[in-house]
Amino acid sequence: MIEALSYDFMQNALIAGILVSLISGVIGSLIVVNRMVFLAGGIAHAAYGGIGIAIYSGFSIFLGTTVFAVIAALFMAFVTINQREKIDTFIGLIWAVGMAIGIIFVDLTPGYNVDLMSYLFGSILAVNDDDLYFMGLLFIVVLFIVTFWYRDILAVSYDSEYAALRGINVKLFYTLILILSALTVVIAIKVVGLILVIALLTIPIYIAQSLSSSLYMMMISSGFIATFFTIVGLWISYSYNLTSGACIILVAALSLMIFMIGVKIK
Amino acid sequence: MQINKETNLPIIEIENVSFAYDKELVLEDINLEVFEKDFLVLIGPNGGGKSTLIKLILGIYQTNKGSIKILSQPLEKKLAEIGYVPQNTNVNINFPIKAIEVVMMGQKSHKQALIGYKKEEIAYAMHLLKQVGMEEFAQSKIGSLSGGQRQRVMIARALCSNPKILFLDEPTSNIDADGQKCIYKLLKELNKRVTIVVISHDISIILDYATKVAHINKKLAFHDLSAIKKEFTTDDGHICEVELLQMLGKSR
Repeated sequence: MIEALSYDFMQNALIAGILVSLISGVIGSLIVVNRMVFLAGGIAHAAYGGIGIAIYSGFSIFLGTTVFAVIAALFMAFVTINQREKIDTFIGLIWAVGMAIGIIFVDLTPGYNVDLMSYLFGSILAVNDDDLYFMGLLFIVVLFIVTFWYRDILAVSYDSEYAALRGINVKLFYTLILILSALTVVIAIKVVGLILVIALLTIPIYIAQSLSSSLYMMMISSGFIATFFTIVGLWISYSYNLTSGACIILVAALSLMIFMIGVKIK
Repeated sequence: MQINKETNLPIIEIENVSFAYDKELVLEDINLEVFEKDFLVLIGPNGGGKSTLIKLILGIYQTNKGSIKILSQPLEKKLAEIGYVPQNTNVNINFPIKAIEVVMMGQKSHKQALIGYKKEEIAYAMHLLKQVGMEEFAQSKIGSLSGGQRQRVMIARALCSNPKILFLDEPTSNIDADGQKCIYKLLKELNKRVTIVVISHDISIILDYATKVAHINKKLAFHDLSAIKKEFTTDDGHICEVELLQMLGKSR
Protein backbone atom coordinates (compact mmCIF):
# COMPACT_ATOMS: atom_id res chain seq x y z
CA MET A 1 0.00 0.00 0.00
CA ILE A 2 2.79 2.45 0.92
CA GLU A 3 4.63 2.02 -2.37
CA ALA A 4 1.30 2.30 -4.21
CA LEU A 5 0.94 5.81 -2.83
CA SER A 6 3.89 6.97 -4.89
CA TYR A 7 1.51 6.91 -7.87
CA ASP A 8 -0.53 10.07 -8.38
CA PHE A 9 -3.68 8.18 -9.27
CA MET A 10 -3.48 6.21 -6.02
CA GLN A 11 -3.06 9.39 -4.01
CA ASN A 12 -6.08 10.87 -5.73
CA ALA A 13 -8.04 7.67 -5.19
CA LEU A 14 -7.22 7.67 -1.50
CA ILE A 15 -8.16 11.33 -0.99
CA ALA A 16 -11.38 10.87 -3.01
CA GLY A 17 -12.21 7.73 -1.07
CA ILE A 18 -11.81 9.49 2.28
CA LEU A 19 -13.77 12.58 1.22
CA VAL A 20 -16.62 10.56 -0.26
CA SER A 21 -16.73 8.31 2.82
CA LEU A 22 -16.96 11.23 5.21
CA ILE A 23 -19.69 12.92 3.16
CA SER A 24 -21.55 9.61 2.78
CA GLY A 25 -21.45 9.20 6.56
CA VAL A 26 -23.15 12.54 7.12
CA ILE A 27 -25.65 12.49 4.25
CA GLY A 28 -26.19 8.71 4.46
CA SER A 29 -27.24 9.21 8.10
CA LEU A 30 -29.80 11.80 7.00
CA ILE A 31 -31.02 9.51 4.22
CA VAL A 32 -31.44 6.57 6.62
CA VAL A 33 -33.18 8.45 9.44
CA ASN A 34 -35.50 10.11 6.95
CA ARG A 35 -36.22 6.72 5.40
CA MET A 36 -35.16 7.93 1.96
CA VAL A 37 -32.84 5.05 1.08
CA PHE A 38 -34.69 4.00 -2.04
CA LEU A 39 -35.32 7.58 -2.93
CA ALA A 40 -31.55 8.02 -3.03
CA GLY A 41 -31.33 4.79 -5.05
CA GLY A 42 -33.81 6.21 -7.53
CA ILE A 43 -31.80 9.40 -7.86
CA ALA A 44 -28.58 7.37 -8.33
CA HIS A 45 -30.09 5.46 -11.23
CA ALA A 46 -31.79 8.51 -12.66
CA ALA A 47 -28.35 10.15 -12.68
CA TYR A 48 -27.44 7.74 -15.48
CA GLY A 49 -29.68 9.87 -17.69
CA GLY A 50 -27.28 12.74 -17.00
CA ILE A 51 -24.30 10.57 -17.92
CA GLY A 52 -25.90 9.66 -21.25
CA ILE A 53 -26.81 13.25 -22.12
CA ALA A 54 -23.30 14.44 -21.18
CA ILE A 55 -21.65 11.78 -23.38
CA TYR A 56 -23.95 12.64 -26.29
CA SER A 57 -23.50 16.38 -26.11
CA GLY A 58 -19.85 16.23 -25.19
CA PHE A 59 -19.78 18.28 -22.03
CA SER A 60 -18.32 17.26 -18.67
CA ILE A 61 -19.85 14.02 -17.44
CA PHE A 62 -19.51 15.11 -13.84
CA LEU A 63 -21.45 18.27 -14.59
CA GLY A 64 -24.10 16.42 -16.59
CA THR A 65 -24.64 13.91 -13.80
CA THR A 66 -24.79 16.62 -11.17
CA VAL A 67 -27.35 18.74 -12.99
CA PHE A 68 -29.50 15.75 -13.89
CA ALA A 69 -29.39 14.30 -10.35
CA VAL A 70 -30.32 17.63 -8.80
CA ILE A 71 -33.23 17.99 -11.23
CA ALA A 72 -34.34 14.47 -10.30
CA ALA A 73 -34.12 15.42 -6.60
CA LEU A 74 -36.12 18.60 -7.10
CA PHE A 75 -38.74 16.68 -9.07
CA MET A 76 -38.99 14.09 -6.26
CA ALA A 77 -39.23 16.83 -3.62
CA PHE A 78 -41.96 18.54 -5.60
CA VAL A 79 -44.12 15.47 -6.16
CA THR A 80 -43.70 13.87 -2.73
CA ILE A 81 -43.72 16.83 -0.39
CA ASN A 82 -47.45 16.66 0.22
CA GLN A 83 -48.10 13.02 -0.57
CA ARG A 84 -45.31 10.90 0.79
CA GLU A 85 -47.48 7.79 0.45
CA LYS A 86 -47.06 7.94 -3.33
CA ILE A 87 -43.30 8.07 -3.06
CA ASP A 88 -42.73 4.46 -4.21
CA THR A 89 -44.44 5.05 -7.53
CA PHE A 90 -42.33 8.09 -8.29
CA ILE A 91 -39.11 6.38 -7.22
CA GLY A 92 -39.84 3.60 -9.71
CA LEU A 93 -40.58 6.21 -12.33
CA ILE A 94 -37.38 8.27 -12.06
CA TRP A 95 -35.31 5.10 -11.56
CA ALA A 96 -36.41 3.56 -14.86
CA VAL A 97 -36.91 6.70 -16.93
CA GLY A 98 -33.50 8.11 -15.97
CA MET A 99 -31.74 4.92 -17.02
CA ALA A 100 -33.75 4.71 -20.24
CA ILE A 101 -32.82 8.28 -21.18
CA GLY A 102 -29.17 7.50 -20.48
CA ILE A 103 -29.17 4.40 -22.67
CA ILE A 104 -30.93 6.13 -25.57
CA PHE A 105 -28.46 9.02 -25.55
CA VAL A 106 -25.49 6.65 -25.43
CA ASP A 107 -27.04 4.77 -28.42
CA LEU A 108 -27.34 8.05 -30.28
CA THR A 109 -23.71 8.95 -29.67
CA PRO A 110 -21.74 8.20 -32.83
CA GLY A 111 -18.52 6.20 -32.75
CA TYR A 112 -16.90 4.53 -29.80
CA ASN A 113 -18.89 4.44 -26.59
CA VAL A 114 -17.29 5.20 -23.26
CA ASP A 115 -16.79 2.37 -20.83
CA LEU A 116 -20.17 2.18 -19.15
CA MET A 117 -18.95 -0.31 -16.59
CA SER A 118 -16.97 2.47 -14.94
CA TYR A 119 -20.21 4.32 -14.13
CA LEU A 120 -22.01 1.24 -12.98
CA PHE A 121 -19.20 0.06 -10.72
CA GLY A 122 -17.12 3.15 -10.12
CA SER A 123 -13.76 4.35 -11.34
CA ILE A 124 -12.01 5.69 -8.28
CA LEU A 125 -8.59 5.11 -9.87
CA ALA A 126 -9.55 7.60 -12.60
CA VAL A 127 -10.34 10.46 -10.21
CA ASN A 128 -8.68 13.66 -11.44
CA ASP A 129 -7.90 16.94 -9.69
CA ASP A 130 -11.14 18.60 -10.78
CA ASP A 131 -13.14 15.78 -9.24
CA LEU A 132 -11.21 16.24 -6.01
CA TYR A 133 -11.98 19.98 -5.93
CA PHE A 134 -15.66 19.26 -6.41
CA MET A 135 -15.61 16.65 -3.63
CA GLY A 136 -13.71 19.00 -1.32
CA LEU A 137 -16.18 21.79 -1.99
CA LEU A 138 -19.16 19.54 -1.36
CA PHE A 139 -17.55 18.34 1.87
CA ILE A 140 -17.26 21.93 3.09
CA VAL A 141 -20.83 22.78 2.04
CA VAL A 142 -22.22 19.69 3.77
CA LEU A 143 -20.30 20.42 6.97
CA PHE A 144 -21.44 24.05 6.92
CA ILE A 145 -25.12 23.23 6.42
CA VAL A 146 -25.19 20.40 8.94
CA THR A 147 -23.34 22.46 11.57
CA PHE A 148 -25.45 25.59 11.37
CA TRP A 149 -28.84 24.00 10.73
CA TYR A 150 -28.31 20.87 12.79
CA ARG A 151 -31.28 21.48 15.07
CA ASP A 152 -33.68 22.27 12.26
CA ILE A 153 -32.53 19.23 10.29
CA LEU A 154 -32.82 17.09 13.41
CA ALA A 155 -36.32 18.36 14.15
CA VAL A 156 -37.54 17.92 10.57
CA SER A 157 -36.07 14.41 10.38
CA TYR A 158 -37.35 13.24 13.75
CA ASP A 159 -40.83 14.74 13.76
CA SER A 160 -41.67 16.90 10.76
CA GLU A 161 -45.19 17.73 11.95
CA TYR A 162 -43.91 19.09 15.25
CA ALA A 163 -41.09 20.92 13.48
CA ALA A 164 -43.68 22.66 11.32
CA LEU A 165 -45.57 23.70 14.46
CA ARG A 166 -42.41 25.29 15.80
CA GLY A 167 -42.18 27.37 12.66
CA ILE A 168 -39.44 25.43 10.88
CA ASN A 169 -39.71 25.44 7.08
CA VAL A 170 -40.13 21.69 6.67
CA LYS A 171 -40.45 21.75 2.89
CA LEU A 172 -37.24 23.73 2.51
CA PHE A 173 -35.24 21.32 4.64
CA TYR A 174 -36.81 18.26 3.02
CA THR A 175 -35.78 19.61 -0.38
CA LEU A 176 -32.34 20.53 0.93
CA ILE A 177 -31.77 17.00 2.26
CA LEU A 178 -32.78 15.60 -1.14
CA ILE A 179 -30.46 17.92 -3.06
CA LEU A 180 -27.54 17.08 -0.76
CA SER A 181 -28.37 13.40 -1.26
CA ALA A 182 -28.29 13.86 -5.03
CA LEU A 183 -24.88 15.58 -4.90
CA THR A 184 -23.55 12.88 -2.59
CA VAL A 185 -24.84 10.20 -4.94
CA VAL A 186 -23.03 11.86 -7.84
CA ILE A 187 -19.63 11.78 -6.13
CA ALA A 188 -20.25 8.33 -4.67
CA ILE A 189 -20.89 7.07 -8.21
CA LYS A 190 -17.28 8.00 -8.98
CA VAL A 191 -16.05 5.81 -6.14
CA VAL A 192 -18.32 2.77 -6.07
CA GLY A 193 -20.56 3.21 -9.13
CA LEU A 194 -24.28 3.83 -9.29
CA ILE A 195 -25.26 0.22 -8.66
CA LEU A 196 -23.34 0.06 -5.40
CA VAL A 197 -24.03 3.59 -4.17
CA ILE A 198 -26.83 2.50 -1.90
CA ALA A 199 -24.58 0.06 -0.06
CA LEU A 200 -22.06 2.79 0.72
CA LEU A 201 -24.86 5.05 1.90
CA THR A 202 -26.42 2.44 4.19
CA ILE A 203 -24.02 -0.22 5.50
CA PRO A 204 -21.73 2.08 7.54
CA ILE A 205 -24.79 3.97 8.76
CA TYR A 206 -26.53 0.82 9.87
CA ILE A 207 -23.55 -0.11 12.04
CA ALA A 208 -23.23 3.45 13.37
CA GLN A 209 -26.92 3.70 14.18
CA SER A 210 -26.81 0.99 16.79
CA LEU A 211 -23.69 2.51 18.34
CA SER A 212 -24.89 6.12 18.57
CA SER A 213 -27.43 7.84 20.75
CA SER A 214 -27.55 11.06 18.78
CA LEU A 215 -27.63 12.05 15.14
CA TYR A 216 -24.31 13.86 15.05
CA MET A 217 -22.57 10.92 16.73
CA MET A 218 -24.11 8.72 14.06
CA MET A 219 -22.87 11.03 11.29
CA ILE A 220 -19.31 11.12 12.65
CA SER A 221 -19.05 7.40 13.32
CA SER A 222 -20.61 6.51 9.94
CA GLY A 223 -18.03 8.73 8.28
CA PHE A 224 -15.14 6.97 9.97
CA ILE A 225 -16.57 3.50 9.44
CA ALA A 226 -17.09 4.26 5.73
CA THR A 227 -13.52 5.60 5.50
CA PHE A 228 -12.22 2.37 6.99
CA PHE A 229 -14.18 0.28 4.46
CA THR A 230 -12.98 2.41 1.57
CA ILE A 231 -9.30 2.22 2.54
CA VAL A 232 -9.38 -1.52 3.15
CA GLY A 233 -11.38 -2.06 -0.07
CA LEU A 234 -8.92 0.04 -2.07
CA TRP A 235 -6.00 -1.86 -0.63
CA ILE A 236 -7.53 -5.23 -1.55
CA SER A 237 -8.43 -3.88 -4.98
CA TYR A 238 -4.84 -2.74 -5.57
CA SER A 239 -3.24 -5.90 -4.20
CA TYR A 240 -5.33 -8.37 -6.16
CA ASN A 241 -6.17 -6.21 -9.19
CA LEU A 242 -9.94 -6.31 -8.60
CA THR A 243 -12.69 -3.70 -9.24
CA SER A 244 -12.37 -1.17 -6.44
CA GLY A 245 -16.07 -0.37 -5.97
CA ALA A 246 -17.00 -4.01 -5.58
CA CYS A 247 -14.12 -4.58 -3.12
CA ILE A 248 -15.21 -1.64 -0.94
CA ILE A 249 -18.79 -2.86 -0.83
CA LEU A 250 -17.82 -6.46 -0.05
CA VAL A 251 -15.54 -5.30 2.77
CA ALA A 252 -18.48 -3.28 4.11
CA ALA A 253 -20.94 -6.16 3.78
CA LEU A 254 -18.56 -8.62 5.43
CA SER A 255 -17.95 -6.21 8.30
CA LEU A 256 -21.68 -5.73 8.72
CA MET A 257 -22.11 -9.49 8.96
CA ILE A 258 -19.38 -9.80 11.59
CA PHE A 259 -20.88 -6.85 13.46
CA MET A 260 -24.36 -8.39 13.47
CA ILE A 261 -23.03 -11.73 14.67
CA GLY A 262 -21.09 -9.88 17.38
CA VAL A 263 -24.25 -8.09 18.52
CA LYS A 264 -26.17 -11.38 18.61
CA ILE A 265 -23.52 -13.12 20.69
CA LYS A 266 -23.33 -10.21 23.12
CA MET B 1 -73.16 32.79 35.33
CA GLN B 2 -73.07 36.15 33.54
CA ILE B 3 -70.51 37.59 35.97
CA ASN B 4 -68.43 34.47 35.72
CA LYS B 5 -68.19 34.79 31.95
CA GLU B 6 -67.04 38.38 32.08
CA THR B 7 -64.20 37.77 34.50
CA ASN B 8 -63.18 34.49 32.97
CA LEU B 9 -62.79 34.88 29.22
CA PRO B 10 -62.56 31.71 27.17
CA ILE B 11 -59.02 30.69 26.38
CA ILE B 12 -60.12 28.94 23.17
CA GLU B 13 -63.17 30.04 21.17
CA ILE B 14 -64.28 27.90 18.26
CA GLU B 15 -67.14 29.35 16.24
CA ASN B 16 -69.10 27.57 13.50
CA VAL B 17 -66.08 25.65 12.31
CA SER B 18 -66.47 23.14 9.47
CA PHE B 19 -63.74 21.12 7.83
CA ALA B 20 -63.64 18.69 4.91
CA TYR B 21 -60.92 16.45 3.50
CA ASP B 22 -61.44 16.71 -0.25
CA LYS B 23 -65.23 16.60 -0.40
CA GLU B 24 -65.88 14.54 2.70
CA LEU B 25 -67.15 16.66 5.57
CA VAL B 26 -65.36 15.64 8.77
CA LEU B 27 -66.45 18.39 11.13
CA GLU B 28 -69.68 20.32 10.83
CA ASP B 29 -70.60 23.51 12.60
CA ILE B 30 -68.40 23.05 15.65
CA ASN B 31 -68.82 25.49 18.53
CA LEU B 32 -66.72 25.17 21.64
CA GLU B 33 -65.39 27.37 24.40
CA VAL B 34 -62.58 26.23 26.65
CA PHE B 35 -61.84 28.18 29.83
CA GLU B 36 -58.71 28.52 31.87
CA LYS B 37 -57.76 25.42 33.88
CA ASP B 38 -60.44 23.31 32.26
CA PHE B 39 -59.63 19.63 31.89
CA LEU B 40 -61.50 18.84 28.71
CA VAL B 41 -61.68 15.32 27.32
CA LEU B 42 -62.62 14.79 23.69
CA ILE B 43 -64.35 11.48 23.09
CA GLY B 44 -66.05 9.93 20.10
CA PRO B 45 -65.65 7.17 17.53
CA ASN B 46 -62.50 6.71 15.43
CA GLY B 47 -62.72 8.88 12.36
CA GLY B 48 -65.22 11.11 14.17
CA GLY B 49 -62.95 14.14 13.83
CA LYS B 50 -61.27 14.48 17.24
CA SER B 51 -57.69 14.61 15.96
CA THR B 52 -58.80 16.80 13.07
CA LEU B 53 -60.25 19.34 15.50
CA ILE B 54 -56.99 19.47 17.45
CA LYS B 55 -55.00 19.88 14.25
CA LEU B 56 -57.27 22.75 13.25
CA ILE B 57 -56.66 24.45 16.59
CA LEU B 58 -52.92 23.92 16.14
CA GLY B 59 -53.02 25.42 12.66
CA ILE B 60 -51.75 22.22 11.02
CA TYR B 61 -54.96 22.21 8.95
CA GLN B 62 -56.86 25.30 7.83
CA THR B 63 -60.58 25.63 8.53
CA ASN B 64 -62.95 25.72 5.57
CA LYS B 65 -65.45 27.79 7.51
CA GLY B 66 -65.71 29.49 10.88
CA SER B 67 -63.09 30.93 13.21
CA ILE B 68 -60.79 29.74 15.97
CA LYS B 69 -59.45 32.20 18.50
CA ILE B 70 -56.85 31.68 21.19
CA LEU B 71 -57.01 34.19 24.06
CA SER B 72 -59.32 36.36 21.92
CA GLN B 73 -56.67 36.63 19.20
CA PRO B 74 -56.47 34.96 15.79
CA LEU B 75 -54.86 31.56 15.99
CA GLU B 76 -51.59 32.40 14.19
CA LYS B 77 -50.59 35.01 16.78
CA LYS B 78 -50.98 32.74 19.76
CA LEU B 79 -49.54 29.42 18.59
CA ALA B 80 -46.78 29.72 21.19
CA GLU B 81 -49.42 29.48 23.93
CA ILE B 82 -50.21 25.94 22.83
CA GLY B 83 -48.29 22.82 23.74
CA TYR B 84 -48.93 19.67 21.74
CA VAL B 85 -48.25 16.02 22.45
CA PRO B 86 -48.93 14.07 19.25
CA GLN B 87 -50.38 10.60 18.97
CA ASN B 88 -48.21 7.58 18.21
CA THR B 89 -44.99 8.15 20.01
CA ASN B 90 -44.03 4.66 18.88
CA VAL B 91 -43.04 5.79 15.42
CA ASN B 92 -39.43 6.46 14.52
CA ILE B 93 -38.18 4.53 17.56
CA ASN B 94 -34.76 3.74 16.12
CA PHE B 95 -34.02 7.40 15.58
CA PRO B 96 -30.71 8.32 17.22
CA ILE B 97 -31.87 11.13 19.49
CA LYS B 98 -31.55 11.63 23.24
CA ALA B 99 -34.52 12.44 25.46
CA ILE B 100 -33.12 15.87 26.26
CA GLU B 101 -32.70 16.67 22.55
CA VAL B 102 -36.35 15.82 21.99
CA VAL B 103 -37.31 18.24 24.76
CA MET B 104 -35.15 21.00 23.28
CA MET B 105 -36.99 20.64 19.96
CA GLY B 106 -39.78 22.54 21.72
CA GLN B 107 -37.56 25.56 22.33
CA LYS B 108 -38.45 28.78 20.51
CA SER B 109 -36.07 29.24 17.63
CA HIS B 110 -34.97 32.80 18.45
CA LYS B 111 -33.69 31.61 21.80
CA GLN B 112 -31.44 29.03 20.20
CA ALA B 113 -27.67 29.20 19.93
CA LEU B 114 -26.04 29.54 16.51
CA ILE B 115 -24.39 26.15 16.87
CA GLY B 116 -25.47 23.40 19.25
CA TYR B 117 -27.30 24.08 22.50
CA LYS B 118 -26.96 26.93 25.02
CA LYS B 119 -26.28 26.16 28.68
CA GLU B 120 -29.55 27.81 29.75
CA GLU B 121 -31.48 25.72 27.23
CA ILE B 122 -30.00 22.52 28.59
CA ALA B 123 -30.71 23.62 32.17
CA TYR B 124 -34.31 24.49 31.27
CA ALA B 125 -34.82 21.18 29.48
CA MET B 126 -33.47 19.35 32.53
CA HIS B 127 -35.87 21.32 34.72
CA LEU B 128 -38.78 20.21 32.52
CA LEU B 129 -37.61 16.60 32.52
CA LYS B 130 -37.51 16.80 36.31
CA GLN B 131 -41.11 18.03 36.33
CA VAL B 132 -42.22 14.96 34.42
CA GLY B 133 -39.97 12.71 36.50
CA MET B 134 -37.59 11.83 33.68
CA GLU B 135 -34.39 13.70 34.61
CA GLU B 136 -32.35 10.54 35.07
CA PHE B 137 -33.14 9.50 31.49
CA ALA B 138 -32.05 12.79 29.88
CA GLN B 139 -29.10 11.20 28.06
CA SER B 140 -30.98 8.00 27.10
CA LYS B 141 -31.77 7.24 23.49
CA ILE B 142 -35.49 7.84 23.00
CA GLY B 143 -35.99 4.33 21.61
CA SER B 144 -34.65 2.71 24.78
CA LEU B 145 -37.45 4.22 26.90
CA SER B 146 -40.80 2.58 27.58
CA GLY B 147 -43.96 3.94 25.97
CA GLY B 148 -44.98 5.77 29.13
CA GLN B 149 -41.55 7.27 29.66
CA ARG B 150 -41.44 8.42 26.05
CA GLN B 151 -44.83 10.02 26.47
CA ARG B 152 -43.58 11.96 29.49
CA VAL B 153 -40.62 13.21 27.45
CA MET B 154 -43.10 14.42 24.80
CA ILE B 155 -45.05 16.23 27.51
CA ALA B 156 -41.83 17.93 28.64
CA ARG B 157 -41.22 18.99 25.03
CA ALA B 158 -44.71 20.45 24.83
CA LEU B 159 -44.11 22.39 28.07
CA CYS B 160 -40.94 23.95 26.63
CA SER B 161 -42.67 27.05 25.29
CA ASN B 162 -44.41 27.52 28.66
CA PRO B 163 -47.86 27.10 27.10
CA LYS B 164 -51.20 28.06 28.63
CA ILE B 165 -52.95 25.16 26.94
CA LEU B 166 -51.75 21.60 26.52
CA PHE B 167 -53.22 19.29 23.88
CA LEU B 168 -52.67 15.56 24.08
CA ASP B 169 -53.80 13.11 21.41
CA GLU B 170 -54.47 9.73 23.04
CA PRO B 171 -51.58 10.00 25.48
CA THR B 172 -52.22 6.63 27.08
CA SER B 173 -52.74 4.36 24.11
CA ASN B 174 -50.09 1.60 23.90
CA ILE B 175 -49.03 2.24 27.49
CA ASP B 176 -49.25 -0.22 30.38
CA ALA B 177 -51.56 0.47 33.33
CA ASP B 178 -48.84 1.82 35.64
CA GLY B 179 -47.59 4.14 32.93
CA GLN B 180 -51.14 5.42 32.35
CA LYS B 181 -51.65 6.19 36.02
CA CYS B 182 -48.38 8.05 36.08
CA ILE B 183 -49.40 10.21 33.13
CA TYR B 184 -52.83 10.99 34.60
CA LYS B 185 -51.22 12.06 37.86
CA LEU B 186 -48.82 14.26 35.96
CA LEU B 187 -51.65 15.83 33.97
CA LYS B 188 -53.63 16.49 37.14
CA GLU B 189 -50.59 18.24 38.63
CA LEU B 190 -50.08 20.29 35.43
CA ASN B 191 -53.77 21.19 35.36
CA LYS B 192 -53.19 23.44 38.38
CA ARG B 193 -51.55 25.95 36.03
CA VAL B 194 -52.30 24.77 32.48
CA THR B 195 -55.55 24.16 30.63
CA ILE B 196 -55.64 20.58 29.37
CA VAL B 197 -57.42 19.16 26.33
CA VAL B 198 -57.08 15.39 25.89
CA ILE B 199 -58.36 12.99 23.28
CA SER B 200 -58.97 9.71 25.03
CA HIS B 201 -60.88 6.47 24.85
CA ASP B 202 -60.10 5.81 28.46
CA ILE B 203 -63.13 5.86 30.75
CA SER B 204 -61.17 6.35 33.96
CA ILE B 205 -59.77 9.68 32.81
CA ILE B 206 -63.30 10.98 32.25
CA LEU B 207 -64.54 9.85 35.64
CA ASP B 208 -61.53 10.79 37.74
CA TYR B 209 -59.88 13.80 36.13
CA ALA B 210 -62.01 15.54 33.52
CA THR B 211 -64.08 18.61 34.30
CA LYS B 212 -65.65 18.78 30.85
CA VAL B 213 -66.34 16.34 28.07
CA ALA B 214 -67.03 16.93 24.39
CA HIS B 215 -68.32 14.12 22.22
CA ILE B 216 -67.28 14.55 18.61
CA ASN B 217 -68.74 12.67 15.72
CA LYS B 218 -68.82 15.18 12.89
CA LYS B 219 -70.85 17.35 15.26
CA LEU B 220 -69.94 18.26 18.78
CA ALA B 221 -71.93 17.67 21.96
CA PHE B 222 -70.62 19.41 25.06
CA HIS B 223 -71.06 18.34 28.70
CA ASP B 224 -69.99 20.10 31.87
CA LEU B 225 -69.14 17.21 34.14
CA SER B 226 -69.26 19.05 37.46
CA ALA B 227 -73.00 19.50 37.00
CA ILE B 228 -73.64 16.13 35.43
CA LYS B 229 -71.69 14.05 37.90
CA LYS B 230 -74.05 15.21 40.68
CA GLU B 231 -77.04 14.25 38.60
CA PHE B 232 -75.71 10.75 38.11
CA THR B 233 -74.57 10.26 41.66
CA THR B 234 -76.63 7.93 43.80
CA ASP B 235 -77.54 8.68 47.39
CA ASP B 236 -74.60 6.71 48.75
CA GLY B 237 -72.14 8.75 46.69
CA HIS B 238 -71.51 6.36 43.79
CA ILE B 239 -71.53 7.56 40.23
CA CYS B 240 -73.71 5.51 37.89
CA GLU B 241 -70.92 5.02 35.36
CA VAL B 242 -72.92 3.17 32.76
CA GLU B 243 -75.70 5.73 32.59
CA LEU B 244 -73.23 8.59 32.60
CA LEU B 245 -71.26 7.13 29.72
CA GLN B 246 -74.42 6.35 27.77
CA MET B 247 -75.47 9.93 28.15
CA LEU B 248 -72.05 11.24 27.08
CA GLY B 249 -72.06 8.94 24.09
CA LYS B 250 -75.16 10.51 22.62
CA SER B 251 -74.39 13.10 20.01
CA ARG B 252 -77.02 15.50 21.13
